[in-house]
Amino acid sequence: MAGKPVLHYFNARGRMECIRWLLAAAGVEFEEKLIECPEDLEKLKKDGKLMFEQVPMVEIDGMIMVQTRAILNYIATKYDLYGKDMKERALIDMYTEGIADLTEMIMQLVVCPPDQKEAKIALIKDKTKNRYLPAFEKVLKSHGQDYLVGNRLTRVDIHLLELLLYVEEIDSSLLASFPLLKALKSRLSSLPNVKKFLQPGSQRKPPLDAKQIEEARKTFKF
Amino acid sequence: MSGKPLFHYDEVRGRMESVRWLLAAAGVEYEEKFIQTNEDLEKLRSDGVLMFQQVPMVEVDGMKLVQTRAILNYFSSKYNLYGKDMKERALIDMYSEGLADLNDIFIIYPFFPPGVKEAKISLMKEKATNHYLVGNKLSKADIHLVEMIYNMEELDANIIANFPLLQKFLQPGSQRQPPLDEKAMEKIKMIFKF
Repeated sequence: MAGKPVLHYFNARGRMECIRWLLAAAGVEFEEKLIECPEDLEKLKKDGKLMFEQVPMVEIDGMIMVQTRAILNYIATKYDLYGKDMKERALIDMYTEGIADLTEMIMQLVVCPPDQKEAKIALIKDKTKNRYLPAFEKVLKSHGQDYLVGNRLTRVDIHLLELLLYVEEIDSSLLASFPLLKALKSRLSSLPNVKKFLQPGSQRKPPLDAKQIEEARKTFKF
Repeated sequence: MSGKPLFHYDEVRGRMESVRWLLAAAGVEYEEKFIQTNEDLEKLRSDGVLMFQQVPMVEVDGMKLVQTRAILNYFSSKYNLYGKDMKERALIDMYSEGLADLNDIFIIYPFFPPGVKEAKISLMKEKATNHYLVGNKLSKADIHLVEMIYNMEELDANIIANFPLLQKFLQPGSQRQPPLDEKAMEKIKMIFKF
């Protein structure tokens, strides 16, 4: 049965958001089964659906897939968003992993103890401004093309757009000295599938506020 | 220029060891330029060859590749170790990522303070022993596999001989790095300044 992919995760961005973005950008409709209490997660575990007892989990094409990167790689390949050959894939992987490192730091803020938060945010801003954004600005400058790899849309453009939006949420001035990245962000945001995903009412998840994080902590005990 | 891939990393397992294992299993020769001091690392950075100022970095086929997974994926594709199609690749990625989670802890656990270190060791043991072959719980498949490993070892204590290239990698004198000792840990702290 070739139904829509079903995404199993909490009602949060976390490690599932990049998957939501990629499916949306590829124009693929998907369903979500939200985990709202520990019992929901326990049921998935008991049913043997979580290979490593963890979510994200995505039911797609008859498979029960876990591990974010495995899921992203499959979707990217299926919808031709992974470059045309091995060498393009190498560049895409290299850029994607760098983006993942910074995105991970930002996602970890959610579970960061309040007394460490300020220092973590300072570190994120420093790495954003001095390591990651310059690296991608340099890539765009080096070839002058509209996309990061292979002169057409690939997964890494979407991953970068997602990251740039998080960076903007933290501090919109961080993007100021990166004109090519700003231009890429605008261009990508006007692509029909992306534009749709950016509208209110889409399956894109908002950031959690302090109250929601507290409630999640209590519910899921972390 | 030898044409062999050139690895840039410090002289330890760390994040490069998985790549060493992969090339050893593929029977591909490579060279290594070890980072011995902080100056060596800073030179790579100022030469602009580290996209994110980090190692591992591998010079291969005209590229200067960073990010362990990018490197592993490239070599896996190149040497036909990545399955025959998209669906095989999906399974390979799932298993590999689960193991990478375990390896991530294994790489850094020696650096944690005493209480935390023990907790990490317990966590690793738990993750390692709770991986099953099917349906995420113990089944006959797991039991048969363990039984066969023991039986085959009785026939031949050197069961690893079935993987001759890996057997070679496991011999003294190969490019496999030893576990971290105190001296190596101090050197890492000096190179990476933490």
